[in-house]
Amino acid sequence: MKALDVSQTVLKAESQGLNFFYGQAQALHSLSLPVYDRCVTALIGPSGCGKTTYLRCFNRMHDLYPGNRYEGAVILYPDRVNIVGPEVDPIEVRMRIGMVFQKPNPFPKSIYENVAYGMRIRGVSSKADLDIVIERALREAALWGEVKDRLQASAMNLSGGQQQRLCIARALATGPELLLFDEPTSALDPTATSRIEELVTELKQKVAIVIVTHNMQQAARVSDHTAFMYEGRLVEFDRTEKMFTNPSVKLTEDYVTGRFG
Amino acid sequence: MQRHIDQELSDLKDRLLQMGALVEEQIDRAITAMIARDAVLAGQVIERDTLVNRFDVEIDETCIRLLALQAPAAGDLRFVTTAMKISTELERMSDLAENICERVIELNEEPQLKPYMDLPRMAAWTMKMVREALEAFVRQDATLARKVCADDDFVDNLTHQLFRELVSFMIENPATITRAIRLTFIGKYIERIADHATNIGELVIYMVEGKIVRHMTPPAVQPNTSLNT
Repeated sequence: MKALDVSQTVLKAESQGLNFFYGQAQALHSLSLPVYDRCVTALIGPSGCGKTTYLRCFNRMHDLYPGNRYEGAVILYPDRVNIVGPEVDPIEVRMRIGMVFQKPNPFPKSIYENVAYGMRIRGVSSKADLDIVIERALREAALWGEVKDRLQASAMNLSGGQQQRLCIARALATGPELLLFDEPTSALDPTATSRIEELVTELKQKVAIVIVTHNMQQAARVSDHTAFMYEGRLVEFDRTEKMFTNPSVKLTEDYVTGRFG
Repeated sequence: MQRHIDQELSDLKDRLLQMGALVEEQIDRAITAMIARDAVLAGQVIERDTLVNRFDVEIDETCIRLLALQAPAAGDLRFVTTAMKISTELERMSDLAENICERVIELNEEPQLKPYMDLPRMAAWTMKMVREALEAFVRQDATLARKVCADDDFVDNLTHQLFRELVSFMIENPATITRAIRLTFIGKYIERIADHATNIGELVIYMVEGKIVRHMTPPAVQPNTSLNT
């Protein structure tokens, strides 16, 4: 793998020789990959290459099913906690790492309660405190202007793009350090997609972002670094510009030019 | 896997090569017209420049369409952007061939100043550079492209030699000034054509290796393993 100039960047997280097993089947093979703070890292690769599996390791989503097993480490900086360490509480991890999924999945509650959810779990119940956090999160998710007059309305009545931004606001409310996006725009129309992409670019001023996408042009537009995965392995990681103009590995070239995948 | 874009890229390459062949012919005919003092041939070269211009526009449009609709990446992207620039280089070469012919027609109004020695040598060398630059493009051959870039020095040296010779003519006999200046121009035009061939060489290096070597001191144009000592 070619060296990358990282003089201007600070590590936010990093997987080190990460293996992952669904029971007997190994889905990730010795994956070592840095995630830089205030940068967007895109994961690309053909279906089944392990992008989503990898992303889900970051907030311990695999713990929900018995037989799943991690080896190696996913280190979260600056305190160097190993996210996949068995001694680490997944709930603590998820407080620091937010996730947004492919399909918008708001809770069947009001807009207000959707965003308040994470804070309530943390034990915040003061309406004044919640109001502040909710307004901030909705503003950061570029949704405030559209919903400020109907915070008590059901989230289910929002459009798909609004629902996805609500999910982003919900993830932002707990003040995460790292945001994970798993194909956040694949269920949205082009206008809603471009709003989410702009939002990602704005959010990276404050947090580190990892985004899984099937849309290579999206990876090219929004990310600073791109990792290309194939069959559970990391093939190449570099600056996005380099990956899309002059990748070092033939397999990457074949993928980004649409020769397979 | 045969992709839809492969056919379009292959068509683009064919068009560029047709344009290249036409421009080579333009340069060749311009030099023939100069040596033979053939004003009719010179006139034909001037007329045919519009064909080259048409190629330039058509190739530009094709590249823009490919960029907009196919969003090419990596090697494909470098190929399309390089094709776009090579077409501009070729179009300028043809303009210079046209300029040579304009001077040839003017020169024909007076007797020949001197037997042409250096000009045909410069022209032959330059045409070889153009041919090899296009060959490097077709074969994606960065080594040949580097050779083209290195060959430019020879033409530059001959240009200086020609200039000194023509200046001595002018000093000796002011009646030669008009013709000598026109020949100086022709020397300059040929030298510029060689520069454009060099540019194509540099573009081919970018296309093959993804490395921009333009505006660098000559050692940077060379690969890591030095070719000439």
